[in-house]
Amino acid sequence: MRDWFKKGTPWIWLNAGAVAISLVMVVGLIGHVAFNGLQHFWPRDIVAFEYAEPGDEPVQVLGEVDRSETLTARGARERGFEVDADEELVTRHRIKRGNRDVTGQDFTWYVEENMSAWSYPDDAVRLERREWGDFYGFLREVRVGDEVVADGDDAWETFERLFAENLPRIEEIGQIERVEIGAVNAEIEEIRLAQRRLAMDDTIPEERRSEQEQALEDERGRWEAEYDQLAERRNELLEEIRRFQVMLETAEGEQVVMALGDIVKPSRPNVMSTGEKLRFYVGEFWDFVSGYPREANTEGGILPAIFGTVLMTLVMAVFVTPFGVLAAIYLREYARQGPLTRMIRISVNNLAGVPSIVFGVFGLGFFVYFMGGGIDQLFYSDRLPAPTFGKGGVLWASLTLALLTLPVVIVSTEEGLSRIPGSIRHGALALGATKGEMLWRTVVPLATPAMITGLILAVARAAGEVAPLMLVGVVKLAPQLPVEASWPFIHLDRSFMHLGFHIYDVGFQSPNVEAGRPLVYATALVLILVIIVLNLTAITIRNHLRERYRAEGD
Amino acid sequence: MNDQAIQTAPSRQSASGSAGRVTGGQRLRGEDICIEVENLNLWYGDDQALKNINMQLPRERVTAFIGPSGCGKSTLLRCMNRMNDLIDNCRLEGQIRIDGQEIHDKAMDVPELRRRVGMVFQKPNPFPKSIYENVAYGLRLQGVKKRRILDEVVEKSLRQAALWDEVKDRLNENAFGLSGGQQQRLVIARAVAIEPEVLLLDEPASALDPLATLKIEELMFDLKKHYTIAIVTHNMQQAARVSDYTAYLYLGEVMEFNDTDTLFTNPSRKETEDYITGRHG
Repeated sequence: MRDWFKKGTPWIWLNAGAVAISLVMVVGLIGHVAFNGLQHFWPRDIVAFEYAEPGDEPVQVLGEVDRSETLTARGARERGFEVDADEELVTRHRIKRGNRDVTGQDFTWYVEENMSAWSYPDDAVRLERREWGDFYGFLREVRVGDEVVADGDDAWETFERLFAENLPRIEEIGQIERVEIGAVNAEIEEIRLAQRRLAMDDTIPEERRSEQEQALEDERGRWEAEYDQLAERRNELLEEIRRFQVMLETAEGEQVVMALGDIVKPSRPNVMSTGEKLRFYVGEFWDFVSGYPREANTEGGILPAIFGTVLMTLVMAVFVTPFGVLAAIYLREYARQGPLTRMIRISVNNLAGVPSIVFGVFGLGFFVYFMGGGIDQLFYSDRLPAPTFGKGGVLWASLTLALLTLPVVIVSTEEGLSRIPGSIRHGALALGATKGEMLWRTVVPLATPAMITGLILAVARAAGEVAPLMLVGVVKLAPQLPVEASWPFIHLDRSFMHLGFHIYDVGFQSPNVEAGRPLVYATALVLILVIIVLNLTAITIRNHLRERYRAEGD
Repeated sequence: MNDQAIQTAPSRQSASGSAGRVTGGQRLRGEDICIEVENLNLWYGDDQALKNINMQLPRERVTAFIGPSGCGKSTLLRCMNRMNDLIDNCRLEGQIRIDGQEIHDKAMDVPELRRRVGMVFQKPNPFPKSIYENVAYGLRLQGVKKRRILDEVVEKSLRQAALWDEVKDRLNENAFGLSGGQQQRLVIARAVAIEPEVLLLDEPASALDPLATLKIEELMFDLKKHYTIAIVTHNMQQAARVSDYTAYLYLGEVMEFNDTDTLFTNPSRKETEDYITGRHG
């Protein structure tokens, strides 16, 4: 036993144990997030059953089993279920019934005791809708205009065909509403501003003024005509789609008429083969990643949030890298090493420990109000009092996070520089290089892998940061992406959506927490993936550079 | 200014005869003096590392500095291209003239000085770049961009360093792929590529095996046709083999300076004799 201690075996076990526990935790965390996030998109079977509370009339229920749990009888009674006195354990199921517009509630708990006649009807339909969440029921009729074109068994086929036919129209409407009308509105806003500038400018002689006024008015007229045209086209399409309707029946037997245009994705999971389910699953996931959010973010996709996260992180990297690298080079190479440099270095290191919300407050006060307000006064005074840069936006959020991650970049760059051997520096100097040439041609390129290490750490920290962003530009729902087809393409003044904030918002601020929960996991998974992808990119670049500047002693 | 300094060189050279006697350098008569060191004192903080050094290094000859560790021979070598400037608390008095030009002048352009006075260090220190880029480094610093000129110089320098045949097929490979001896010759090629007047070699062979050492020594015979060479070495045989003149330094002072044959066969001081016969503790 003493030998065992002497050999140091316990230390090996201790160290290996620590590694193993960390590994288990990391794998467990990611596994948990991935499992919960990914299973949400799988089309689950729709179950139908009869439910009768003791003494009540039985009701028909249709929906997906969302969760099942077993309670003690006492626990069940506390939760408001009537349980027989001789029961000890009660199993209950949470059923996603959908039909929020009819029943008022998506999710309901049912005690198994009271359920009977389970079945999986083939013709059960799940419709993902633009509003009111999912619908569960049975398709009865398909109508075009006021005419019933199919009913009974043919209904589904006809419905699918008509739905596929109308998809391009729905997409066109979306395109018109989101992109084209937005662009026209931007033009009209420009003209309004130009008119205002003209009105405020009293140096222009009278006749020129009226001339210019007329020109602007004409321009405005042209754009408004364009707008009317687009609106007309949209209404036309809407009208066309509105002709197609379906009549559905809920489990309770209530009849609902629904326009085709309100349906996002229909499915009949009970008759899908595994292959079809798989295809449906991939499609769902893709829609989640590439779509726009609906219904207070609890449905639809998270594309704007992914986009906002990546853009903000990239802009941050663009700011923090040169700034941090230059600062580190000065500190390490040019500044005289003394108490002052030491103090600066300590301050920089401590900056990394400042709580991030403090940076958020600073960003709001300095960047948004002071700098943004100043920019508005100077360059966008014609738009006041509506702020342009004087409100939260991608630019200010990126700058705030750049400040937050600056110490990381400085510290690792400094370390990289200090690792470049003196012999290389002397070699360069002995060949007649000035200090600047020695640094920029030889030493700094050699330290680039270290700089990128700093950048990796900075990106990892910045992409996951939420608290400061809430103060400097993140919003629950951004109407427009910060990058678009109209000039100047990148609108860094715009507020944006962020995956981290999206998680918080959907998970804790949404009216429909149960529906949002799987999306929280899925969004968290996407956030992790985004960070991994960003890091892998940086790591690939770094390894490439390392290969190029293989260190001495290899 | 520069031209003038060079023109005044011969007159200084004749004047140096008197200083030469101090260090027993009568044999320097008839030699063209390249580097003159006069009353050189150097301190690292409070420690005096060099004490009143006077010597001349003749042009296109090899001068060896020998002496026990810590005697200041590397320090003296590094004075000649002002590499000691890089050491924080280093203080210097006295004069070093190269071609009659005082190198500690305020007007002295230090990078230009280092271009004229090349240096090779104890440990091979190639840059982590290709062999080609290592040799071309000095030229690129001077703004040479033409591929043709670079190619020419790289080949010429590598030939001068007796490395061309070994690396001509892999000029674009990383220099760290070379052996230690090849790396040291590469560093020499890098130094001669910018055609300096003087080459300072700080124990260039101490990290090499005997065969590589031999190659470097052979190389020095060729190089001294074009360059004034100063070499620091711990290896007495090496000093005897390669150098024309030898200085024995001890505790920061030049004990004896003479042509190599005389110094090794008939040293005028007892300390020198003790050292070269290995009796020095």
